[in-house]
Amino acid sequence: MLQIKDLDASIGGTEILRGLSLDVSAGEVHAIMGPNGSGKSTLAQVIAGHSDYEVTSGTVTFKGEDLLELEPEERAREGIFLGFQYPVEIPGVNNAILLREAVNAKRRHQGLDDVDAFEFLKLAREKMAVLGMDPQFLNRGVNEGFSGGEKKRNEILQMAMLEPSLAILDETDSGLDIDALRAVAEGINALRSPDRAIILVTHYQRVLDYVEPDHVHVLSDGRIARSGDKTLALELEDKGYDWVREAASA
Amino acid sequence: MPTEQENLEHLVNRRYEHGFVTDIATESLPPGLDEDVVRAISARKNEPEFMLDWRLRAFRMWREMDEPTWAHVHYPPIDFQAISYFAAPKSDEDRPKSLDEVDPKLLETYDKLGIPLHERARLAGVAVDAVFDSVSVATTFKEKLSEAGVIFCSFSEAVQEHPELVRKYLGSVVPQRDNFYAALNSAVFSDGSFVYVPKGVRCPMELSTYFRINAANTGQFERTLIVADEGSYVSYLEGCTAPMRDENQLHAAVVELVALGDAEIKYSTVQNWYPGDEQGKGGIYNFVTKRGDCRGANSKISWTQVETGSAITWKYPSCILRGDNSVGEFYSVAVTNNYQQADTGTKMIHIGKNTSSTIVSKGISAGRAQQAYRGLVRVMPQADGARNHTQCDSLLIGKECGAHTFPYMEIRNPGAKVEHEATTSKISANQLFYCRQRGISEEDAVNLIVNGFCKEVFKELPMEFAVEAQALLSVSLEGAVG
Repeated sequence: MLQIKDLDASIGGTEILRGLSLDVSAGEVHAIMGPNGSGKSTLAQVIAGHSDYEVTSGTVTFKGEDLLELEPEERAREGIFLGFQYPVEIPGVNNAILLREAVNAKRRHQGLDDVDAFEFLKLAREKMAVLGMDPQFLNRGVNEGFSGGEKKRNEILQMAMLEPSLAILDETDSGLDIDALRAVAEGINALRSPDRAIILVTHYQRVLDYVEPDHVHVLSDGRIARSGDKTLALELEDKGYDWVREAASA
Repeated sequence: MPTEQENLEHLVNRRYEHGFVTDIATESLPPGLDEDVVRAISARKNEPEFMLDWRLRAFRMWREMDEPTWAHVHYPPIDFQAISYFAAPKSDEDRPKSLDEVDPKLLETYDKLGIPLHERARLAGVAVDAVFDSVSVATTFKEKLSEAGVIFCSFSEAVQEHPELVRKYLGSVVPQRDNFYAALNSAVFSDGSFVYVPKGVRCPMELSTYFRINAANTGQFERTLIVADEGSYVSYLEGCTAPMRDENQLHAAVVELVALGDAEIKYSTVQNWYPGDEQGKGGIYNFVTKRGDCRGANSKISWTQVETGSAITWKYPSCILRGDNSVGEFYSVAVTNNYQQADTGTKMIHIGKNTSSTIVSKGISAGRAQQAYRGLVRVMPQADGARNHTQCDSLLIGKECGAHTFPYMEIRNPGAKVEHEATTSKISANQLFYCRQRGISEEDAVNLIVNGFCKEVFKELPMEFAVEAQALLSVSLEGAVG
């Protein structure tokens, strides 16, 4: 589904990703771990198409298409979803309206009619119940005055409504208490399916207790230093990131 | 002092000198302004003596006044002697014969605004029997109004048909000497609208200049007077969302509202005058005086406006809260893009007891536009229990625009409750990226954010107007980002 080859990317002239390669197939869950500054968030932003990041070399293909040629909204309509590490507040814009616009943008892209307003609300309420969200959140401004946990749940709600083929969740688990973490993990697990892939960008092993990954990669200095199965995450928890760094430079 | 007869002769001779044809009814006056011009305007309109006197008094006051310079706007000096103060209506030969002859860019905008096909020709000034359905619509409309006893006609007609009402109320809210442009308007106004709603009558429909067929070519000095007698209600819609072009650069209108005891006037405006090109050239200067007088107890006046046009706007729809328990409201969305400048706001003058006022001002600036909110809340010593709440928000799009807030408060009653809240925010790159990552295009994202920002004002507009206003905003801000 997603092939990244020898990707170099920089921000403001500073090189962050240096020759990163990654293959993600449908049905898989990949966890990307690594210390601060290793390039995890940059990878997520580059896949989503943030214009602050410049791709200097390498290729990214998504469902066989050159992803780097597409605008961010086109990538989204093609099925790429990024759960933001710090979801931005958009005061005054109704959460339900943004969500419905997003759903409709994708439907129009697929040649479908706009979603029926009643159906949309019904579906949104169902998904919110699963995530333990008060339906009142639909009537509030997008992320306006939401707590950290509420923002993350809202990201998962959007993901659930948009049903992406590739979901990248950038530290969605950070700053969550145990109840919120469980709810978010449940939301992610509900989305797991054979025709969908998920990339979990995380700092901690904790979330992997709830969402079991098929592959774990450790990022160091802008490239994947080590890959393995879920046991790699446990080993990492035990030995710390210095272990990877030493192994990589050795 | 020359006699009036001599003046008229002088005028006739002078026109002859300039070689104008003698068809007095349709011809334009040469540029320039003096007493003769004022007399000529009044004579052409066949006005009674009192109107001419009133105009002349205004003209003499205007001559003594200086052009105001305090507003936060910049423009080259206006040569008032270079303006023609009476323009004849365009003859059909000068107008486009069909929509095919109309600027395609204009038609494209109509399309974006969703203006029905049959209205486009009328708006673009096409010379076809510009009647379409509107004549029959207007006729039924007039019948309904007259059944209710509501007078709704052009100002000229009111001067002829209802001189006693005009005489009683004209200038009673905005006196001739109120300000430079109001004085000029008083001297030379060409036409406008007149509304009188009798005691206890709830006007059966929203009044809109759209239905006043003879509203065409009211010209650059428009005069509107609305009187709501005791216990009556009227909602008035001014303007339309379609872009309005006009060869007159200076527009100085005056609007006066009078609400007697227990009466309510709701005045909604959508203003979309030509703002000039992307470099700011050729746009309209809109210097307007709008004021409402809550003259009776328990009366209410509410101004709602959506302003996207004009190169320069200078406008402060105000309320004088004279009657006890009277209520004044001001809801405004002003959009400035490219090189547009706006200095706009309101004045709430609390005189009666337990008067209350609400101000909600939403300013959106994009491009290199400059926008200022200027608001005055004055509470007089006798206005016990006066309350005001002001909410003043600015939204900036891009880096080169500016928003400025000038709130003035003059509180002379220690018991008054006055609150002022102001915010300035920007549409951030992160907000836009967030929306785009959800599949929403940048332009749609800007519209979402802007409409969210304005919704408190939009909900005050009559339903169809609110929908049009949203479309108008997105057209006005096209290309503001990126």
